[in-house]
Amino acid sequence: MYMIIVGGGNVGLHLAKKLISNNHEVLLLERDPRQAQRLAQLIGEENVIVGDGCEMSTQKDSGFERADVVIAVTGEDEDNMVVCQLAKVVWNVKRVLARVNDPAHESLFQQIGIDDTVSATSIIHSLIEQQISPDVMLPVGALARGHLEIVEVEIGHRSPVLGKKIREISLPPKTNLIWILREESGLAVTGDTELRMGDMLVALVSRDHSEELYALFEPDRP
Amino acid sequence: MKVVIFGCGRTGSTLALQLATRGHKVTIIEQNPAALRRLGRDHNCEVVIGSGLDDDILDRAGVRDADVFFALTRGDNTNLMAAQIVQLRYEVKRVCVKVADPMRSDAYQRLGFFCINPSSLTAGMMRDWLTSEPYAPIDEYNALVKELSL
Repeated sequence: MYMIIVGGGNVGLHLAKKLISNNHEVLLLERDPRQAQRLAQLIGEENVIVGDGCEMSTQKDSGFERADVVIAVTGEDEDNMVVCQLAKVVWNVKRVLARVNDPAHESLFQQIGIDDTVSATSIIHSLIEQQISPDVMLPVGALARGHLEIVEVEIGHRSPVLGKKIREISLPPKTNLIWILREESGLAVTGDTELRMGDMLVALVSRDHSEELYALFEPDRP
Repeated sequence: MKVVIFGCGRTGSTLALQLATRGHKVTIIEQNPAALRRLGRDHNCEVVIGSGLDDDILDRAGVRDADVFFALTRGDNTNLMAAQIVQLRYEVKRVCVKVADPMRSDAYQRLGFFCINPSSLTAGMMRDWLTSEPYAPIDEYNALVKELSL
């Protein structure tokens, strides 16, 4: 597939590398000539063009017409919007994807027909919301200093702890069960909590012991 | 009329002063406080410092009650995004966008936005001045863009 990426910052560069290694035809557009030169050294001259991806003449020269996918990942939402909008309306590109920096703009992008958006802010926010309830919120730096991580384990039908109460399970050392996500909401963990099929268990665990935790709760984990 | 103008550059400030003089209620949104000196000392415009891509700023500028919105910053894409936000989310009926790139201006005109491309406007008026023809309606100058092909 022919994929055009607009914006040669870190996101654009690493995305281009990945797609090239997956054997896609990739063209990365970068406005700044010096940055473009640097990119050309990293991913090959044939994969980089200097130019403003918002300009229709650049779009023509880089072959928007035959692109299967156009991905806009500059740091400016307005630039990403124009790239994707022109790709769809003028060049009939089937699939466009935009990075959205300000999550407040996501709904606008959808409203104007840019269906695929990625917002790092929204993703990180939802990860935090999903994994940590406010009363146990920890700065990430503190986790790293303590060699701790927050992990999720799912209770499947073959889990040896299915149907057991927490007090009946002997946990690996330095492990704290924080929360159980069950159906729409969740519950705090006590000794009497009984584990059900489909429960998603959130645990704070010392990095050295996370494998033991997986082995205990989720032995089929790939 | 309640008028909101995004961008206090040469075009934005001139338009703001002209409309305010005629008794319209003008609010100007500008990111750079230094640009506001273009309005002079005694002006009757309200000023909101910030970006016209930001809902909080648009709310503060009273876009919800605006009869007309002008997007006149020097960034084409900024103008085009602001225009779509106020047209779709704030349902402002009349929206005017300044787009410097002729081809982008043409593409968005076809999408139904009222774009003004300053270069084609100026060039068209100069042509008519030279040939002593009467000046044409704005759409006619805007349409000159289409004569450029990709």
